[in-house]
Amino acid sequence: MPNALPWFAEHDGQFNEVRAEALIADLLAALPPDSVVHDREGLRTFECDGLTAFRTTPLVAVLPETEAQVQAVLRICLAHGAPIVARGAGTGLSGGAMPHAQGVLLSMARLKRIVHIDALARTATVQPGVRNKAISEAAAPFGLYYAPDPSSQVACSIGGNVAENAGGVHCLKYGLTVHNVLRLRALTIDGEILDIGSEALDAPGYDLLALLTGSEGLLAVITEITVRLLPIPQLARCVMASFDSVEQAGEAVAAIIAAGLIPAGLELMDQPATAAVEDFVHAGYPLDAAAILLVEADGTPESVAEEIGRIEAVLRAHGATRCQVSRDESERLRFWAGRKAAFPAAGRLSPDYYCMDGTIPRKRLGRMLQDIAAMEHTYGLRCLNVFHAGDGNLHPLILFDANDADQLARADAFGIAILERTVALGGTISGEHGVGIEKIGVMCEQFSVGERTLFFGLKAAFDAYGLLNPAKAIPSLHRCAEFGRMHVHGGQLPHPDLPRF
Amino acid sequence: MTGDIEDALVEQVRVACDGRTPLRIRGGGSKDFLAQSLAGDMLDTSKHRGIVAYEPSELVITARAGTPLAEIEAALAEHGQMLAFEPPHFGPATLGGCVASGLSGPARATSGAVRDFVLGVKIIDGQARVLRFGGTVMKNVAGFDVSRLMTGAWGTLGVMLELSIKTLPAAPATETLVLDVPAASVVHWMNRLAGRPLPISATFWHRGVLHVRLSGAATAVAAARREIGGDALAADAAASLWQQVREQKHRFATDAAPLWRLSVRSTADLPQGTDMALEWLGAQRWWGTSLSPDQVRAVAQAAGGHATAFRGAPRGYSVFHPLTSAMLAVQRRIKQAFDPAGIFNPGRIYAEL
Repeated sequence: MPNALPWFAEHDGQFNEVRAEALIADLLAALPPDSVVHDREGLRTFECDGLTAFRTTPLVAVLPETEAQVQAVLRICLAHGAPIVARGAGTGLSGGAMPHAQGVLLSMARLKRIVHIDALARTATVQPGVRNKAISEAAAPFGLYYAPDPSSQVACSIGGNVAENAGGVHCLKYGLTVHNVLRLRALTIDGEILDIGSEALDAPGYDLLALLTGSEGLLAVITEITVRLLPIPQLARCVMASFDSVEQAGEAVAAIIAAGLIPAGLELMDQPATAAVEDFVHAGYPLDAAAILLVEADGTPESVAEEIGRIEAVLRAHGATRCQVSRDESERLRFWAGRKAAFPAAGRLSPDYYCMDGTIPRKRLGRMLQDIAAMEHTYGLRCLNVFHAGDGNLHPLILFDANDADQLARADAFGIAILERTVALGGTISGEHGVGIEKIGVMCEQFSVGERTLFFGLKAAFDAYGLLNPAKAIPSLHRCAEFGRMHVHGGQLPHPDLPRF
Repeated sequence: MTGDIEDALVEQVRVACDGRTPLRIRGGGSKDFLAQSLAGDMLDTSKHRGIVAYEPSELVITARAGTPLAEIEAALAEHGQMLAFEPPHFGPATLGGCVASGLSGPARATSGAVRDFVLGVKIIDGQARVLRFGGTVMKNVAGFDVSRLMTGAWGTLGVMLELSIKTLPAAPATETLVLDVPAASVVHWMNRLAGRPLPISATFWHRGVLHVRLSGAATAVAAARREIGGDALAADAAASLWQQVREQKHRFATDAAPLWRLSVRSTADLPQGTDMALEWLGAQRWWGTSLSPDQVRAVAQAAGGHATAFRGAPRGYSVFHPLTSAMLAVQRRIKQAFDPAGIFNPGRIYAEL
């Protein structure tokens, strides 16, 4: 007996017309006046997230201050059949928080209270609007910190981190968001409270904690989060190594892992990327190197000394022309400042840039870099490469000018070519930024119709009405047929399993 | 015949699906003791075995579900690697059963659980479709995290065919310290220890004796030993201790009937006068008690966690901690999405799933 497909599996977010005035009136009755924004000027702030190329104006934006108000918003939206897009700090890079034109943009920014830090149990319970970095700052007096550190950690919110399963430069050793969250309190579209995970290390039944993490706002709205805190390492030191070719740097990465080392961070930048950031933050990067690696060791002073020695030996044996070990904390932070400024540096070089996020097996790094170099010629656009090399997570930054329609189209094609290559090399189209609206077409490449149907079944298990972040993350059957039509490979029609509309 | 028997397994599921016949999915049968019910025609995954791919420098092994856990561990050990969650075997365990049961060993509190290391799965769903989720790479946020959802689902959502698991290098040095710590202060002691940046890889406390295992660079282990104090256990005695704790051959388990597993907030007070064994820096507690299931569950719940009737459960009570009605409703719908005919391991964990 096959499952009936939920309606939203076949077609994307087409909703009956929402009666805007009645919806706004109900929201105004339930929330403080300054929590409801519906004037054109005020709504402009919410048009897009960090992926600025995709913009939509919602009917209305709401900024509730309490869980009860969030609950009220959900119930009102359900009554009106209005789609809801939840938003944290709006730093996401895949358009996951792009509003729906017929719906409500639900900003969680005002739920920003650190509820409790339990120093002995090493946990922090916070509201979703709390900034990632603020958790570590609040935990620091107890000698503790929150490990996942996306580059946007000064601004991004923990709620958004959970929704996207955010990573960072230290997740090779310390894991992604999913490895560092213990408990969630979430509201279903019906306004029902779900307590997911627990204060313990596991919970009975299915692992909904893992399912909700990275679910991109499609399943529930998170109102409280308990994260695991770790003791701050006594010491961290970073090696900066220069290479004459990106392939050699890629090989050195595999060699470090093969030697049984798990560095706290293992990052690769190519020459165009180092040149761009050096100009911007003066991190002291060598400009003559074709690629650099940043390799960090943390732990006790003894283990750091031992590990740095082993790391240096492997790097030199695999073609490093120069190794520089950070002498003190300020130098270490300067090494990282360059890496963390890669995106803004790209923004200084070019009116627009497009950041990709595929992950490939580490051993394919060299091959992938060669392919990207060839694509720069094919599409006539420049690309800076910064990689979380230890995880095989690539962030090629394609530079273009969105005002030039031809460049925009070439950038889009360049990006899709990279993602298709990623899948072909045995990888995935998104390592940490999420699918959102940006990569929704390429999802058709990575998942079969059966797999996507199951995703829709999971969504329907939480949101039978398809109101939470519609038309994001999981492409409808219709969309994949359309996407396939745009990308015909060698005269062969892709996805012959799909009905054509 | 052993090796790749995917087609035969798919066919068996198709027939069961058409006839709406329940299937009891079984690898090595080593966790049969832990079940609410074992019902249905046997679907034997133990012949679907073999390591499909293992590249040490990629930190990932892909193997068929019926591959013996011991075979996986031996392959990893040859390259100085390990399953960092140290899964208990409890008999002739398979990789599929290890992931389906989601049980982790002594290193869990510091290294992570089974679910933290599952990177990808290939499954047969309840409509006999072969589906793949996740992959072999460390970071992957495309699509819902079905791989981790399969972990600890006890085969109620699908038949796992193949799994990709993250591996880690084994620590170059390890040492186990023995300290006398009374029951009154052990919880505080363990949590204070956990808050310090030390290379702790396991803790076990029973009847006034605390064992702390350190794993890492040789210099770091030596420094931590000086800082923590206590006596070092000989290497073979230490290996045997952790093996006994993991496999429940230690007297904390063999002397107890029934044996309850309490998974709780690590800082929860130890109820006075109870004979509990503590692991996972205080977060996992083993309790041999004749208190009623309701009483044991109340203790676990008050401590922020849940209780499983691990061995010798009284008949007629739920082995796994009951779910709230809101949670059960969601989980039932998830089950429905994977297995609409309800053929996979019905009632294995809850009557409703």
